[in-house]
Amino acid sequence: MAEITLPKLNLSDAPAAPAINAPTLIEINQVSLYYGASKALKNISVNLGEKIVTAFIGPSGCGKSTLLRCINRMNDLIDNVRIEGSMKVAGQDIYAKDVDVIELRKRIGMVFQKSNPFPKSIYENIAYGLRLHGMKKKSELDEHIEQSLRGAAIWDEVKDRLHTSALGLSGGQQQRICIARAIAIKPEIILMDEPASALDPLATARIEELILELKKNFTIVIVTHNMQQAARISDYTAFFYIGELIEFDTTTKIFTNPAKKQTEDYVTGRFG
Amino acid sequence: MKHRFHKQGFRFSSAFFTTLTALATFLILAILAVILLDALIYGWRTLSWHFVSTIPKKDFFDVKTTGVLPMIIGTSIRVIVMAIFVIPIGVITATYLTEYAPSGSIVTRVIRAAVNNLAGVPSIVFGLFGLGFFVNFVGKNLDAVFHNPSAVWGQPALIWASLTLAVMTLPVVIVATEESLKAVPQGLREASLALGATKLETIIKIVLPQALPGIMTGGILAVSRAAGEVAPILFTGVAYYMASLPTHLTDQFMDLGYHVFVLSTQSPNIQQTEPILYATVLVLLMLTFALNLIAVIVRARVRRKMRSLH
Repeated sequence: MAEITLPKLNLSDAPAAPAINAPTLIEINQVSLYYGASKALKNISVNLGEKIVTAFIGPSGCGKSTLLRCINRMNDLIDNVRIEGSMKVAGQDIYAKDVDVIELRKRIGMVFQKSNPFPKSIYENIAYGLRLHGMKKKSELDEHIEQSLRGAAIWDEVKDRLHTSALGLSGGQQQRICIARAIAIKPEIILMDEPASALDPLATARIEELILELKKNFTIVIVTHNMQQAARISDYTAFFYIGELIEFDTTTKIFTNPAKKQTEDYVTGRFG
Repeated sequence: MKHRFHKQGFRFSSAFFTTLTALATFLILAILAVILLDALIYGWRTLSWHFVSTIPKKDFFDVKTTGVLPMIIGTSIRVIVMAIFVIPIGVITATYLTEYAPSGSIVTRVIRAAVNNLAGVPSIVFGLFGLGFFVNFVGKNLDAVFHNPSAVWGQPALIWASLTLAVMTLPVVIVATEESLKAVPQGLREASLALGATKLETIIKIVLPQALPGIMTGGILAVSRAAGEVAPILFTGVAYYMASLPTHLTDQFMDLGYHVFVLSTQSPNIQQTEPILYATVLVLLMLTFALNLIAVIVRARVRRKMRSLH
């Protein structure tokens, strides 16, 4: 996990993943994805670093969410999906036959676009994942739940109403509950699929602050429509367009001096 | 230009259909009111504590000595036993169809078509099926397996009547459960799976609890339908007369709906039997209403609990 990956020679047209300062955690190599006959991802190769924030940007339908959902194999749930190429997390091929998807998903948390707390109490929302993984003792649960809620910067707002429904919270609070739920089971990676797209600017700002805080302990891959958001919170940015990875580089480079014309057009708002 | 927006006289079609739909609605309410009021007005006079708490003599056409206790108990038990069978089987089938079966596959389509056709089968056919399958096939074979000297299982009984009703109401439960499972947001399933829950854990801990009120609606509909049905129990368990209450699932039983039929066709003196008939109909209506009411109250409590979680 902690090895430093040098830039790899890539024989395809897809852009080579550039060298990154953080050690590589997720290696995506020549990944193509088909929905039935249509190809949604075309030969994507990119290496994502550990304990940094990588943003996937691009116009709707460019495949950024699809690629994100490959990383915890959520696409397995859809009929007629076929994936080619290889994807490794911490050196292990996650599409190998002997991979336990359940174990994989325990190590790779996910936060969705639409906040989706369970219709249970705040406490039970966080306890759910912990119980799945065998935690039974109340004192232990209490401790981990408080820790997770603090980690998601929502403890002070909910500590007096832990046993009321999570659905009674505001959209931004619900999304932070979902983040708390994801971090409770201590994954190594957190995938975020446009986590702030349904939130107002203030709630968005809180989520962004939280992401910068979470980066200290987790590897974060975030899909976003909001280019300012990508610029504010990410270390690396990948720009996708119609199923292809157009450019991948440091966020600073992508937003100030992109190598490709298409990237420049997109980040300067000329299309998308 | 101006005249184009003026009303062009009376719009006949619009007024006609407004009236027609209102009339149709009124007709339904009127029919319901006539049935309920008729039973209530004529039945109320005869209805007494004695009437609902008495086990009648074989000659149950005498208004002074008759009672409907065995019928109330028989109808209640057969409905409850039916619910115990039909709800789990229906829920499991619906769960398979919505959560596991590949959507649009031939197997799924065949099962759905079978369920829909099952709902269209006349209830007397279910009665005959119950006699042929449960009583004569399952029951007789059970007797053979246990080496019973005389028929214990291989005769009409409470259990076979209940199972026949369960088969009949299966589509109701399946369809209601499927609808409520489909209404559970996909996001909740994904959230659970993304936390490393298995599909089974997700269904048991997240999806089914969320679908519970809808499942209960299916149960209520099944109970309502079954409580008043006579044809399916005709050959499978109902008795014209029993001197004592049923004590085993292999016993026969008396039934309110069937008793209404008996009173209206077998009485030696129609004038004398009429008050009993009305009172029995009223008891049947009240029992169905009570069973529904209990289920509706329980469902309301489940819904409230889901909302507030206090």
